[in-house]
Amino acid sequence: MNESRSRISGAVAALSGVLTGFLGGLMLRSPVRQPELEPEPTEAPQELAVVRPKREPKNYLNEDYSLRSWLTTTDHKRIAILYMVTITLFFVVGGLAATIIRLNLLRPEGALVRPATYNKLFTLHGVIMVWFFLIPSIPTVLGNFILPMMLGARDLAFPRLNLASYYLFLFGGIFTGTAMLVGGVDTGWTFYTPYSSHFSNSNVTLTAAGVFIAGFSSIFTGLNFIVTTHKMRAPGLTWFRLPIFVWSNYATSIILVLATPVLALTLSALAIERIFRIGIFDPALGGDPVLFQHLFWFYSHPAVYIMILPGMGVVSEIIPCFARKRIFSYKFVAFASMAIAILGFLVWGHHMFVAGQSMYASMVFSILSFLVAIPSAIKVFNWTATLYKGSISFDTPMLYALGFIGLFTIGGLTGLFLASLAVDVSVHDTYFVIAHFHYIMVGGMVMAYLGGMHYWWPKISGRMYPEFWGKVAAITVFIGFNLTFFPQFILGRLGMPRRYHAYPAEFQILNEASTLGASILAVGYGLPLVYLVASLWTGRRAPANPWGATGLEWQTASPPPKHNFDRIPVVTTGPYEYSSEQAERETEAPDQQGGLDRPVKATAGPLRRSPAGEEGGESEEGRHGD
Amino acid sequence: MATDVRRAARPASAGVEPEVAEQFEDLEQQHETYELGMWLFLATEVLFFGGLFAGYSAYRIVFHAGFLEGSRHTDVTLGTINTAVLLTSSLTMALAVHSARAGKRKLLAGLLTVTLLLGAAFMVIKGVEYYGEYREGLVPWLGFRFPGPLAGGVDLFFVFYFFMTGLHAIHLTIGIVIVGVIAALARKGRFLREDSTTVEMVGLYWHFIDIVWVFLYPLLYLLSRNGGAP
Repeated sequence: MNESRSRISGAVAALSGVLTGFLGGLMLRSPVRQPELEPEPTEAPQELAVVRPKREPKNYLNEDYSLRSWLTTTDHKRIAILYMVTITLFFVVGGLAATIIRLNLLRPEGALVRPATYNKLFTLHGVIMVWFFLIPSIPTVLGNFILPMMLGARDLAFPRLNLASYYLFLFGGIFTGTAMLVGGVDTGWTFYTPYSSHFSNSNVTLTAAGVFIAGFSSIFTGLNFIVTTHKMRAPGLTWFRLPIFVWSNYATSIILVLATPVLALTLSALAIERIFRIGIFDPALGGDPVLFQHLFWFYSHPAVYIMILPGMGVVSEIIPCFARKRIFSYKFVAFASMAIAILGFLVWGHHMFVAGQSMYASMVFSILSFLVAIPSAIKVFNWTATLYKGSISFDTPMLYALGFIGLFTIGGLTGLFLASLAVDVSVHDTYFVIAHFHYIMVGGMVMAYLGGMHYWWPKISGRMYPEFWGKVAAITVFIGFNLTFFPQFILGRLGMPRRYHAYPAEFQILNEASTLGASILAVGYGLPLVYLVASLWTGRRAPANPWGATGLEWQTASPPPKHNFDRIPVVTTGPYEYSSEQAERETEAPDQQGGLDRPVKATAGPLRRSPAGEEGGESEEGRHGD
Repeated sequence: MATDVRRAARPASAGVEPEVAEQFEDLEQQHETYELGMWLFLATEVLFFGGLFAGYSAYRIVFHAGFLEGSRHTDVTLGTINTAVLLTSSLTMALAVHSARAGKRKLLAGLLTVTLLLGAAFMVIKGVEYYGEYREGLVPWLGFRFPGPLAGGVDLFFVFYFFMTGLHAIHLTIGIVIVGVIAALARKGRFLREDSTTVEMVGLYWHFIDIVWVFLYPLLYLLSRNGGAP
């Protein structure tokens, strides 16, 4: 007991130490980059138009450097940074677990770890990646940072709730991390009963408690986003002038708010069953384990859409910007997000085709699952239609976005295999399923997250990332990803089951290919971590709008001032007013700079949103409308 | 700071001006925002309890006889008294919101105190009930004893009984604490007229707790007392 307690405090200390380190780095960086100390000889003359004062203007990063100002901030931008640091840590932990898993699968009998350890590793990987990276990733980092700015708001509707949400997330993470450190969990991230409730000797309750707490963080974030979108929009910003990123985060928030409580309840029931040894799901006491699966997937299937919808939102921002075109059929893309959110609540049963669920229920769930493909396909077709005849430039964010479209399409289509009743019987619980959801989660969401991170990095940090390394990393991730997960489709089709530490010798070559891919993927993920952090010191200063993009967030300084806008903007047009003439002029203009850093594009076409003052005072219209 | 300029520019209205947080334009926006936030929070609560209701419904079909038998062992008298107590507290809460809007300080503080006491009375009665069930050996993890073939179903019924009423009691306890705090503040003259948003929010929460009970009462107490119909 004492030993485990000291290990707990060790874990807490380690986590807080790393967090402090990251924040310290962020705080240290600003004083260092005073213009006097850091001459920038590479500046091109064309950038002279950007006014460069002796001292940096006040922004959200340099207004206060103390640790306290970071840890008690209610500024949505700073909270986004806190989240970014924290989920990056979790991503590294989950990624390390995946690395050991892949290394172990190099040999048919298992190359590295004992079977029990292997079970704990894939559980750790799943729990951390799902609840502490994928679900929070885009909403809490990019959403927190960008969403209020896209709405022309000074902050989210409930800034203190936002901070509380971060701390709940952190404590949930510490709980779960502690459970992993004091012995781990071996149930898989799905916690299926009765194994999790009566048989597993691992730290199920502690892990579930961590996920439970983190769940409330999700609920509060979702609540905040919904209320903000309804009530905090700038004057003139009607629903159909909202960027798609807002629509998809809104749809995500609906799922967060309505599905997460059911997970909270399910995990409480599981904990009660485990602690008091009473049967809610235990068949020995008349309970029904399938009820657990129903309740669990009622949350966890919509949660899959929590993980992909924000990614779709990011891609919907990047594609029009780098194709210099308005998004094709805006309303369809917007409503497709809502359709996915709603249909996503009705398909959970497709996880239980072979779990003894009624055949007729399975048929209905199968049909409904096929229906989700329609809004997903609408999005894919509309992105490609946006590209058609666009003036496409292949900057790093665009590379990620294009990768997303391809990988998401593969992931989505293989989902239809799994939604087919007969095919599912054969590939259920095989590597086919693993490959399918990694194409969505990693090929989709992580690509979109990285794409969005590069796209908004100038806004977040005030610095440009190195374009050359950005492209190298994007291509490395794409190649590594496909090499890792494509062989798993074949493995699954050949019948290799998931969650086993060993496998028949005939599968070795494909597993080796997968592990090789994973090591390439690891390099691809390591690169941005290095060059993005380095760019805080060495990156070119970002102008307010380096991409010539049209969103409201680009109409304020980079990094933005504490309250985002000096004057609340008044919106008069739609979100993607990219003009084709402007794009043509850009293509005709000779590429003056070349080299590693691409030239900064001229400011966007017609300035579509003007500051309030020029519109003859503040208009109250639109501000309260919902 | 930029916002201070904006704030100063706002015309000062008559009477006690409640504070507008810096992210809002005006009081109306702030009020609407809080209201929507509260409703959304209650929506998450509905889903939280909803999972339990779903589990209850599933098992009530599977273990129909056991659930009927279990329900016969609940204390319908105390349950009914408690229903009346809680509904009355909702009435006093609604009146409290009304008196806050009307700006009646003493009435507001008094009504909040009555609400608080009624909530506490509910908890006391519930505690007496729990003790009786413990004495009868109906608590699933504390010496549960129930002879006969229906034991499994009765056990499951009481698992849900304690889970649901316990979760309700936790919510009510939180509600009592919050009402206590705002009652003390109301005595000092807070929450009157334009400032009544907080009381309204707490009121919504309180009514939500009551509504949950309005569903729990028939499901748990009246299930076996409907004249034998299924």
